[in-house]
Parts: sequence; structure tokens; C-alpha cells
Amino acid sequence: MTLLAVERIKLFSTRSPWWCMLLALGLTIGVTAIIAANWDNAPMPVLGAVFTHTFGLYVIMVMAALAVTTEYRFGTIKSTFQAVPDRISPMIAKAVVVVLLSGLVGLASAFGSWGLSWVLADDNSELALTTANDWRHVAGVGLVFAAGALLALGVGALVRQTAGAVSIILVFALVVESVVGFIPNIGDDIQKWMPFTVASKFIFGDPDPSAIPEGAGPPAIGELSPWGSFAYFAGIALVIYVISLVVVKRRDA
Amino acid sequence: MIEAIGLTKRYGKTVAVDDLSFTVEPGRVTGFLGPNGAGKSTTMRMILGLDRPSAGKVLIDGQSYAQLDRPLRTVGALLDAKWVHPNRSAKAHLLWLAKSNGLSAKRVDEVLDLVGLTKVAKRRAGGFSLGMSQRLGIAGALLGDPKVLLFDEPVNGLDPEGILWIRQFMQGLAADGRTVLVSSHLLSEMAVTAQDLVVIGRGKLISQSSTTEFVERSTENTVRVRSPHADKLGAMLADKGFTVREDEDGSLTVSGAVSDEIGDIAAAGGVVLHELSPQRGSLEQAFMQLTGDSVEYHAELAETGK
Repeated sequence: MTLLAVERIKLFSTRSPWWCMLLALGLTIGVTAIIAANWDNAPMPVLGAVFTHTFGLYVIMVMAALAVTTEYRFGTIKSTFQAVPDRISPMIAKAVVVVLLSGLVGLASAFGSWGLSWVLADDNSELALTTANDWRHVAGVGLVFAAGALLALGVGALVRQTAGAVSIILVFALVVESVVGFIPNIGDDIQKWMPFTVASKFIFGDPDPSAIPEGAGPPAIGELSPWGSFAYFAGIALVIYVISLVVVKRRDA
Repeated sequence: MIEAIGLTKRYGKTVAVDDLSFTVEPGRVTGFLGPNGAGKSTTMRMILGLDRPSAGKVLIDGQSYAQLDRPLRTVGALLDAKWVHPNRSAKAHLLWLAKSNGLSAKRVDEVLDLVGLTKVAKRRAGGFSLGMSQRLGIAGALLGDPKVLLFDEPVNGLDPEGILWIRQFMQGLAADGRTVLVSSHLLSEMAVTAQDLVVIGRGKLISQSSTTEFVERSTENTVRVRSPHADKLGAMLADKGFTVREDEDGSLTVSGAVSDEIGDIAAAGGVVLHELSPQRGSLEQAFMQLTGDSVEYHAELAETGK
């Protein structure tokens, strides 16, 4: 418990996490507000309110990566390991704090976006959260943010440099996953197993594709069920994070 | 007490620390001396469990660092004063450190007071001068009231006032009965700070002894003699087995003798003396001689002269 308090003090005694959280909330909710205000001629679906969650996801992943890389950048990781030489427990404490916080930001951004859509959309008759799927579309954003943060923590601890870790995360999520789709023949098959592609199936996917309204967003691709997709994404995040723990333990600080 | 036993660190083919064994006793300031790149910082990181030794081990009061329970209560260290998040306040920096080892917020205020940073405790550490950063680092090292303290080049880049403050501070810590290990590449600084010296070069132990002993052993003591009968005196001294060198101004430099002996010999031979003054070789020269072969980078003076 004391180590959780230590990581909480570390995270909240610098400004960048605050900025990242504000930016994540502002981007997702702000852009959703524009979409909702301009949604004419048809009732706005629940999915319409969570399109923008990926913006917040990238920002939160940057925050999580920074939580580790700044410790390396400024040498405080050495003080941390001096204070707690087993190294693993402070890294786990950091993950608990950052992952919980990211999940909360995810929930706040998704329900914020949804609530604002309710207020701003001309026709909100389809926006009510009536089914389990509706709840997953919105509340699932919290889980995706949490798992994404864990992935970013792992990448940050492996790479140890802010610029490197942030580029890897953003280039992979924004460029690599789309570009692989253009590889002839096998591109599509690779793409549907890419982690961020799979993660969006968890948010957007519906067991019954015909239930997704016209123009409700990008088609969700992937072989797995929505919850299977989340398990896949979270599994990848966990594997990378555990590898980073092993490396951190063995490497000279 | 710190004991290093056969401590070795290799990076690929480079041997940074080579089979190093030494002990650091409580109640004294021990200087850890060596040219830049000799392996001082690597050794200190291994003492703190930050770097894994390739061979050998370090014990702190009989235990390895990883075995210590809440280690900040046993070992305090200042390896680099810049190991602070620049946007975090001095107080927040100490608070998380204190919390990690179950130390109270009251203790944070105490150490801030001890190093004279109470007034700037809420300011971001990134805006601190080097001297203030150094004080913050020392505050962090003192948090757990540890018995063992390590400082890596603590006076580097400080103004004379800061140097004096740190020197007296470390001596005070040793006087309390603590074990204090201070690294430096300046023998002149260590000569006035440390009672014991561990000298290394290229990762190898060169000597471990008291500072006085090291200085006496390693500096060449000579006596400068001026006399109207320099030739006669020179011959008499050479007969006694002393090494005599005649300088350009006609004076003699005698090594291997103390001034008393020379005075006696001169009186016995009826030689008039105009000057008889003991000379002490510079510490820097002695240090250079000892570690000369072990300096990693020799400046290529001839090259730059072209």
C-alpha cells in the first residue's frame, strides 16, 4: 500500500499527467460534441458517441509511457530502486496506479461524450443504453484505456526514452496497423490480428453486424467476439508488460 | 562498514572494475580517489545494487544491499544531484522517497531544515542552482538517518563556500560514528576531507591507507640547500648516500634526507649554509605518478601542438 502512495505522489506531483488527462478528456468529448451537434436527419446511435475514444486512448498511452520514461530521463528510477531494491514491487505499484487512473479517464471520457451527445443531438432516441452491447460500447472504453496504459508502461520500461516510446506507440497504432492492410494477399489477414484493430472491435463490434446502423462508424474487423477481442488486446498488453518487468529486473538501472 | 570483495564489472570486453577489494570503516571519512573513468561511479552503483557485479560482492554491515529492509534507513547516497524530476517540488521529491521507506513527513521537514532548503521547499527542483540541488540530494541521503553514506563527486562544480559546507558536513557525519565514502578525482580535496583513502586506477585498487600515510608515501620529500660551497657540500652528501641534484641557479636539491641531517653534515664539514628548506612534492604530481599508467585517456599533447 505504501508503494501505491509513493507512485500516486510521483504521478500527481508533476504537471504532465494532469495535462494528458485534460487533453484526453477534452479531445474525446470535444470532438464528439461537434459530431453530435451536426448529427442531422437520423437518430444518433450509441456508437456515434464513442468514435473519438481512440484520440483519448493515444493521449493516455503517452501519459502512461511518460510515467516510466521520465523516471529514466531524470534518474529518479535509480532513487526508486535504491529505496526498493527488489524493483518489481515499485513497477507493479506504478502499473496499478496508472492503469486505474487511465480506466477512470476512459470511463469519464466515454460517459462524458455520451452525455453530451444526449444533450446536443437532434434525435437521441437511439442513444439510451438499453442493451448489454450498448453498455459495452460506452463503458468498454474504460477497459481499453486501462489495457492500453499497461501496454504503454511496458513499452516505456523497455525503451526507457520518451521520444522512442511515444513514437513506437503512435506510429504503430496510427500508421503500421493501417499500412499492413495494403500488403497484397496477406495484408488483411495480418491487419485483423493487429492489437489496436482488435481493440476497436471490442468497442464497436456487435455480435450481430446487421444491428449496426448505417453510417455508424468504421466496420469492426476481426475474427474474435467483442469480449474475445478485449481479452486478446489485454493479453498482448500483459505479455509486453511482464517482459518489461523481467528486463527491468535483470538490466543495470 | 562497507566491504567490497573481489568486485568486478565488465561491459563486453571493457573491464570497468577489476577484482576490487577494500573496506570502509565507520567513524571516518573515506576518500574514494581515482582519475575520471577509473570506475568510481560504477563501484558506487554496485554498492547500491543498481548495477549487477560481473563477479564479487559488496556487503554493508555484513548484508548485500538487496537484503536490506527499507534500505534508505541504512544507506544514504548522493550519486547525482540531478536525479530529480525538474517539475517536482523539492518537498514532493523527498516526500515520495520518505514514504517508500516508511519515513514520516515530519522527517522530510527536518532534513530540509538540516540542509537549509526550508524556504525553497515548494519550488520546482529544476530551477535550483547546482549548490541547491546538491543540498537537496544530501537531504535525500539523510532522510532515513542512515549509518552508511555514499557521495559521488559531491563538490564537483561547487563554489568555494559550497565546497567548504559539504566538507564540514561530511566530517560531521563521520564524527557521529557513521561510515562515509566520498569519491573524488582531486587528491588535494580529499587530503583535507578524508582520513582514509581508497585509491583506484583503471578499476584496480592502487592503495588503501590513511590519508597521511598515502601522502607521505607518495610525495617525494626533498630539501633545497644554498651554500657558497655547494660543490664541497654536494660531495659530502653524496658520500653519505643521498641523491643530490644541482639546479641551474647553483642550489642543491637533496632527496632522501631530512633538513636536520643536512644541517648536521654541513656543520661537521664547516660549510656555510644560506638556505636550508624542506620541499614537499605536490599532491597532484604524486597522484599523477601513481595513477599515470591507469588514466584511461591520455591527452595527445604532441598532436594538438601541430
